[in-house]
Amino acid sequence: MSTHTQTHGHDEHHEIGPKTLIMVWLALTVLTVVTIYIALYDFGRALNIIGAMTIASIKASIVAYYFMHLKFEDKLTWVYALYPMFLLFLLIATTIMETFTRNPALY
Amino acid sequence: MANGTAHDTMAEPSFYEPKGFMSWLLTTDHKRIGIMYLVTISFFFLVGGVFALLMRYELLTPEADFLSPHTYNVFFTMHGSLMVFFFIVPGVAASLGNFLIPLMIGARDVAFPKLNLGSYWVYLAGTAILFGALLQPADTGWTYYTPYSVQSQTDVVLITLGVFVLGFSSILTGMNFIVTIHKLRCPGMTWSRLPLFIWASYATAILQLLATPVVGITLLLLIAERTLGIGFFDPAKGGDPILFQNFFWFYSHPAVYIMVIPAFGIISEIIPVFAKKPIFGYKAIAYSSFAIAIISFFVWLHHMFVSGISETAAAIFSFLTMLVAIPTAIKVFNWTATMYRGSISLESPMLYALSFLFLFTIGGLTGVYLGALAVDVHLHDTYFVVAHMHYVMIGGTVFGFFGAIHFWYSKWFGRMFNELVAKIAWFFFFVGFNVTFFPQFFMGVQGMPRRYATYPAEFQTYHEISTYGSWILAVGVVIMFVNLIAGLFSKEKAPVNQYGSLSLEFTVPSPPPHENFKDIPTVTDWTYGYGKK
Repeated sequence: MSTHTQTHGHDEHHEIGPKTLIMVWLALTVLTVVTIYIALYDFGRALNIIGAMTIASIKASIVAYYFMHLKFEDKLTWVYALYPMFLLFLLIATTIMETFTRNPALY
Repeated sequence: MANGTAHDTMAEPSFYEPKGFMSWLLTTDHKRIGIMYLVTISFFFLVGGVFALLMRYELLTPEADFLSPHTYNVFFTMHGSLMVFFFIVPGVAASLGNFLIPLMIGARDVAFPKLNLGSYWVYLAGTAILFGALLQPADTGWTYYTPYSVQSQTDVVLITLGVFVLGFSSILTGMNFIVTIHKLRCPGMTWSRLPLFIWASYATAILQLLATPVVGITLLLLIAERTLGIGFFDPAKGGDPILFQNFFWFYSHPAVYIMVIPAFGIISEIIPVFAKKPIFGYKAIAYSSFAIAIISFFVWLHHMFVSGISETAAAIFSFLTMLVAIPTAIKVFNWTATMYRGSISLESPMLYALSFLFLFTIGGLTGVYLGALAVDVHLHDTYFVVAHMHYVMIGGTVFGFFGAIHFWYSKWFGRMFNELVAKIAWFFFFVGFNVTFFPQFFMGVQGMPRRYATYPAEFQTYHEISTYGSWILAVGVVIMFVNLIAGLFSKEKAPVNQYGSLSLEFTVPSPPPHENFKDIPTVTDWTYGYGKK
């Protein structure tokens, strides 16, 4: 096991207090309940999916921001966290664009 | 020496000490882990190669007289899966990257040594699952396209599970390398002094980190589709089989660059040493690796031009595909310019590097043909594609990889192979490769489809030439492996700097000690100041 003499970057430890952690946990719990609750109603297929995905995205963001300490990270880490969001958008947008521009005569 | 100073580590034991099986299995030394990857991927390369030889033997005649069509399907699935997921993807990035990155940036190890060992174990777990899959091997091809992969009676779940597990190894390795390159560069190793292999490894790591999860999820969806019948890819249940192709190629096109960008880095290291010239266009080569990494995410639909996708999407992606040729050509022109008026010596690593330039250019340009929408409609799923991808994968990645093995062999093992035998092996490999794959361009243009055990008699001559070529190629590989293994037992110890490289890894003994550098070096100059008086 190497014992590095190189110490780069920020080594300080960030801690999130119990109050914040409980608030985050409560928020996640409430959002889970909301996800289940709206699934019981038929808002139309598209709206149901958009609603569920929006809540899931908010929950994932909260987890990343607090539990995964993104809150304390530098800009580069944010780039690595946000770039996949762009790729996800690219994948979804392109797939939808491709589907909606298909020649209807072939399908 | 331009880069820092040679450090007095000669008295320290090499990283091969202590000996013993467990000391290897539990090691966190990046060099040992690199060697373990090297041995494992070499094994899979040889096994995948045997599958290829058996397929080529079957194709000597138009009839299926050696392998049944089903067995043939299984063989090309295993050949593709082994070569892509178990050899090339982890090959250059994990084996060479592990060994070289800390040495080249003046670090004692990677940023997370235990995670590094964990990545290797995850890789081994993936290979173990693959062996389980051999009991009833899949016949889907390495792309596992739906709907056939959902319907096939073979064990698609196990092989895709193996690849899924393997993906974690790739992601963790990529993350480890990114952090290592950011955090552990020695004093003076600024971004503008970084060896180009490091730039290439960084670009590769980005792809590993960001693209691999997509294929992981895709294969998980496929497994769920087969086991639970959910219907993601089933039109009868509101799904779409083309969705699988979208997901699969969203990873697998960038994966082509996971395979080949490290080879770009290798070529950038080898050519200046043997041309005795500073690298031409350092920044252009460095940045073009990133340009390729970024653009590679925007081209995946070109694999699906004839899958029934919309013409609008196809036209857009045909244009985008052309863009990736620009940074790639920038590299090729810069390597060529580096050699201009250089004092070139043709030792074995340089022979592989020059072969790379020649063969990868053919592979790249034929890729432009296939990216052209109208041409692709004619050539899709023909042997033209087989030839193109092998000119990129073997002509590019494998030639680069073999060049690297020869170039850094003395550093890895502290011994030397026989140079004359290495040149003979290269000759057989180079000739065999071209005899095998060049006729496949002609076959493809004339309409010979890929993935068939039988074919019309008019293609037999081409297939015969191709099969004879595969035998020549195999002779080259065998000679090379025997020579490299024999070199391990040679009594003559390799010097610290076999070829006069200015890179930091050649300032430490061969093989290096455990933590590479007694004192962390300070870099004072550019890595590529060759030929300066």
